[in-house]
Amino acid sequence: MNAMHAGIRKTLVIAATLISIGAVTGCHKKASGIDPNALGPAPALPAAAPTATITADPLAIDLGQSVILNWRTQNATSVTIDGIGDVNTNGTQTVAPSTSTNFHLTAKGDGGTTEASVRVTVRVPVAPTAPPPADNDMGTDAAFHENVQDVFFDYDSYDLRPDATAAASKAAAYLTAHPAIRVVIGGYCDDRGSAEYNLALGENRANAARTALVSAGVQASRLRVISYGKEKQFCTEDNESCWQQNRRAQFSLDR
Amino acid sequence: MHRLKRTTLLWRAYIGCLETLLLLLAGASALHAQEGFKTETSSGVSNIRIAVADFKPASADPQTAAFKHTFDTTLFADLSNAGIFDIVSKSLLPQAIPGAPAEIKIQQWADAPTSAAMVAFGNFGVQGSKIICNGFLFDAKNLQYPQVLAKQYNEDASDDSARQVAHRFADEIIFRLSGGSQGIAESKIYYVKLTGANKEIWQMDYDGANQHPLTHLGTVSISPRISPDNSRLAFSSLGHDGFQIRMFSLVLNRMVNFASAGGTNLSPAWSPNGKDIAYSSSRSGDPEIWISDASGNSPRRITNFRGPDVSPVFNPRTGSQLAWISGRTNLPQLYVMDIDGSNVQRMTDGGYATSPSWSSNGQFLTFAWDRKYGPGAPGGQDIYVMEIATKRWIQLTHDGGRCDFPSWSPDGRHIVYANSPDGKATHMKIMTMLADGTQKHELTGVGADMPNWSWK
Repeated sequence: MNAMHAGIRKTLVIAATLISIGAVTGCHKKASGIDPNALGPAPALPAAAPTATITADPLAIDLGQSVILNWRTQNATSVTIDGIGDVNTNGTQTVAPSTSTNFHLTAKGDGGTTEASVRVTVRVPVAPTAPPPADNDMGTDAAFHENVQDVFFDYDSYDLRPDATAAASKAAAYLTAHPAIRVVIGGYCDDRGSAEYNLALGENRANAARTALVSAGVQASRLRVISYGKEKQFCTEDNESCWQQNRRAQFSLDR
Repeated sequence: MHRLKRTTLLWRAYIGCLETLLLLLAGASALHAQEGFKTETSSGVSNIRIAVADFKPASADPQTAAFKHTFDTTLFADLSNAGIFDIVSKSLLPQAIPGAPAEIKIQQWADAPTSAAMVAFGNFGVQGSKIICNGFLFDAKNLQYPQVLAKQYNEDASDDSARQVAHRFADEIIFRLSGGSQGIAESKIYYVKLTGANKEIWQMDYDGANQHPLTHLGTVSISPRISPDNSRLAFSSLGHDGFQIRMFSLVLNRMVNFASAGGTNLSPAWSPNGKDIAYSSSRSGDPEIWISDASGNSPRRITNFRGPDVSPVFNPRTGSQLAWISGRTNLPQLYVMDIDGSNVQRMTDGGYATSPSWSSNGQFLTFAWDRKYGPGAPGGQDIYVMEIATKRWIQLTHDGGRCDFPSWSPDGRHIVYANSPDGKATHMKIMTMLADGTQKHELTGVGADMPNWSWK
């Protein structure tokens, strides 16, 4: 037992001594070490590895548009981009890919090879193989107003006049030929009379126009009616021509 | 000295204690002669001559003078507006200002030149953050027991409080001296205020003070109608689907729900029990009168006739009839029916009639009427009152430009309305008058329209 204890103690002492020697020499070596930077260029140092970055702006384009690639490298002797070939170590280039492309850059130098890449997404229109879901084209406002003209009313009346009936027929034909068009019919009154009654009268005017279109075959679900009464005016003068301007059913595209 | 009283027709409903006999005499004579029915009395009933003393300052607080001035001015205006008093000019009052019953020498006020039948006086002071006000009403003809009324008020010290205290004291005096009808000095008026291209709903006191906005919806909101208990305001507002009924809670100070419906929905009106709303709805394709509950549920259609039907108003006394405007025979006319749609009666015989309001005693309609409507026709749109039982009417405004949206005061003695001297919609302002057409004066500047007087 005693001999064994003695053996362990001896081992510990040796170990402690070795550690302390090592620690002392370590300290000493650090304090007096030579800074290689202070000695000027070291021709024998291994070359640094190249660095490389590549970006694209914008990252996503429509077919036919172009994108600007921009790359920066360091410590490289030759730089290549897949699909483009050898390029300068730093540079920009405008490209117009026809499909989504991964631009992969390889920078080679004495220190090795570094790679970088950027993906440019190209939005290609869906090929018109499938039929379009619906014809959402309402056409232009100008074409609409040329064919669907506002109708005007006599004073305190919501019956369509002969000229309004003709206009409504023409409008109905246009709307039948352009099934995507939805219409807001606004009812208006001149500013004589009382606000509440005129709102009800404007409702009757807009509904009279709506009824004419529905009778001529336009689906009722495509027509929306709003009465503005005398709350919105097309003109504000105090004479018959102005009042006539305000007594109307106005057609607008319900976009 | 005694001006003829022109408000008799409005008095007949009141059973008074002071002037019962005179009122009954006046009522019996009210329906004879003149166009339609008569609003003058030939019985020589005079308005009560009342002296309104400036109140005596009761404290040295620096705020007292300003608040007391507001109080004195408001009290004097309230009693002047009431339409039942002959107010003694302040220059004819005795020099000494009484502040309490012990300080008044009542004989001085009864003698010429004051010659008052009644004297309102008292004291007014500010103590700490409170207004303390004592008001008295003395009968100058009863030297032994002159006191009719004594009231004490204790309110937070502010200009608005001073005005409200004056309104409350004025209403007490009016209640005692009018034969029991409630004063209106504490009532409110709701109206449409033009704000650029938009219209918002505003509120003011009955005398035009304290004008302030309620809604901030940024669209065209019209036709405000206050509920009988002053808790909710129904109106109509332009949105994506046209005009719809909207509801504002004055208790919560925000919009609350009202079920929307198809078509244009317009001109709400409260039933006197506050449970139902009548309005114009074109959900069926033609504007008709509908009634739903106050949340817009359980709608039922009342009218069924081609043409605009709009602007309903309940009989506030019975709740069982509606007056409204219908264009079923072309130009809009005034009609009355039961709320189940039966017993339709046409009230006007031509012209262009709009905007009815029904008096609280159920006897009268006021409305806007252009009797010779049409291009080049003479005359204009004026305010009329019609006695429903006889269909006889009187014209209250003359040659003052376009008038519209008359609304009865709760006591049935006043009518508030909108007026534009040159007829332009943007020049509308709110006016008030006695129900016989006298004492017209402005409550607002231009840009105010569609007034609606609260129910109490």
